[in-house]
Amino acid sequence: MNSKLLVAIVAAVLVALPFLGIGPYPLHLVIVILIWSFAYTGWSVMGRFGLVSLGHGAFMAVGGYVTALLWNEVGLTPWIGIPVAMACAAGLAVLIGYPCFRFRIIGHYFALVTLALSEVVRQIIIATRDTTGGSLGYTPERFGDGWSIVAFQSDDRMMFYYVALFFWMVGLVIWRLVDRSMSRYALEAIWEDEDAAAAVGVQVTKEKLKVTVLSAVMTAFAGAMYCQYQMFISPDTIGGVGISLQIVFAVVVGGIYSMLGPTIGAVITILLAEVLRIWIGTEAICLTDKICFNAAGVPLLVYGIMLILFIIFLPKGVVGAVIDKWQGRGKRAEQS
Amino acid sequence: MLEVEGLSKHFGGFTAVDNVDFSLEKGEILGLIGPNGSGKSTIFNMLSGVLKPNNGSIRLLGQEIAGAPPPRICLMGVGRTFQIPRPIRRLTILENAALAGYYGQAGAVSREDAWKSAKDALRLVGLPSDEAASVDTLGAAGLKKLELAKALATKPTLLLADESLGGLDHDEMDQAADMLRNIREELGVTIIWVEHIMGVLMRVVDRVMVLDHGEKIADGGPNEVATNPKVIEVYLGSDAEETASAANRS
Repeated sequence: MNSKLLVAIVAAVLVALPFLGIGPYPLHLVIVILIWSFAYTGWSVMGRFGLVSLGHGAFMAVGGYVTALLWNEVGLTPWIGIPVAMACAAGLAVLIGYPCFRFRIIGHYFALVTLALSEVVRQIIIATRDTTGGSLGYTPERFGDGWSIVAFQSDDRMMFYYVALFFWMVGLVIWRLVDRSMSRYALEAIWEDEDAAAAVGVQVTKEKLKVTVLSAVMTAFAGAMYCQYQMFISPDTIGGVGISLQIVFAVVVGGIYSMLGPTIGAVITILLAEVLRIWIGTEAICLTDKICFNAAGVPLLVYGIMLILFIIFLPKGVVGAVIDKWQGRGKRAEQS
Repeated sequence: MLEVEGLSKHFGGFTAVDNVDFSLEKGEILGLIGPNGSGKSTIFNMLSGVLKPNNGSIRLLGQEIAGAPPPRICLMGVGRTFQIPRPIRRLTILENAALAGYYGQAGAVSREDAWKSAKDALRLVGLPSDEAASVDTLGAAGLKKLELAKALATKPTLLLADESLGGLDHDEMDQAADMLRNIREELGVTIIWVEHIMGVLMRVVDRVMVLDHGEKIADGGPNEVATNPKVIEVYLGSDAEETASAANRS
């Protein structure tokens, strides 16, 4: 099929979705998927170049908490609060990225440093519980009923759907712009051989910092969007090691190296989590009188097993595997 | 165009390069030779910014480059090859050269300029410049050529070629030597060529500088250096023996 036509059809369906008789719960799921897809796309912008961050929960938490705190404590509209939060995430990215890149902390070591980052931010939120609510979470104050542009709040799911849809598409456009930029070649080269890249004039630290800041800022924005939509954030729902690993897991499942990989990853993981939650529930399951476990942990167990299977059998993710198959078929057709 | 004065490098208590002076005229090809551990690579790495000298100055066209990091030195007009080729295998041959053309040239470079200088460089070394040609199709000689093309795509005024011919057969060596000459003719670029293989080098270079234990022991025309007793003792002597024994075996 003509790919342009396909894109047009998908776009039309997405724009018309709220009018297609979709219920509030499915619409809610779609919005959540769009917001997480944006975050995942933000991660993959750097993750696809071997810059595996296990700390993006930190940027997401900064995005959500800074926006909400400025709104509640200072009365600053999210229209200013969100850019401030993104600037904070950028600052944090430089703070952690610059020393790493300058002193060549790469690969596993870089992942470990970022893993620590997500835990540090989580601990800071918990330690300042008088202001942030700690692990109990935090709620931006309601502006009132209905919707408010100043407060960037809305009761109306439909309105938020379009906001989320718009930014999801912006995320894809950013991914595409990076993919087509000269920085992509530079980052591929840096990933493979920093010295060889430097020898032909590539400023390794600068290129890595650029993409890291971009990725952090995108993820912070996703955190702010999540906060404005859910009207509740807690260290465990948008930060910490759990969210950081969820981000990596979803992108690996969907496909690190393709534009739609993170989105497909979000669809698969979020739907799976919902299905498991509804199917298994959250009650205690007892195998015998003595051996009981909380069913809420089952999705995590399934996640873990899936992650292992995907890394072994589908390292390029679902989208990557489909593209490979498609291109393989094309090549065979050309040869015959 | 290049003036090196009092260049020294120590690694702990070991002096790898000891107070070396030399200079180069524009368009000259200088052969840099010496036995293993004589300091050739250390000088090479200081010129390309990989190592910072402990002492001394390196002035390229009047500009001090000693101690600057590799990307900056590249932008200042020094292109280098690696002894063991280091292509980026994720990129095609053309993209490898275009990356160098984009990031390695001074000033604002458009994508078109980068691709054009990449294609010019690939043509000059005789590699395919079509979009799809993969690095994996290249053999040892091809990878050496790609190293040269990457360096040339940055439009250098000084080209540092690190043992460009190791691992090639005789015909390939002759071709590569002719190519270096050709590059000099066409681009007017100045070349420092670090090489183990003496025969070919002597045929192409204008001048030879010989190092031993980090010190310069000779500097002059190929014939003059080849007959210098000091050089014969530390370098050519052992090399001649090796060559002779290799000839006997075959």
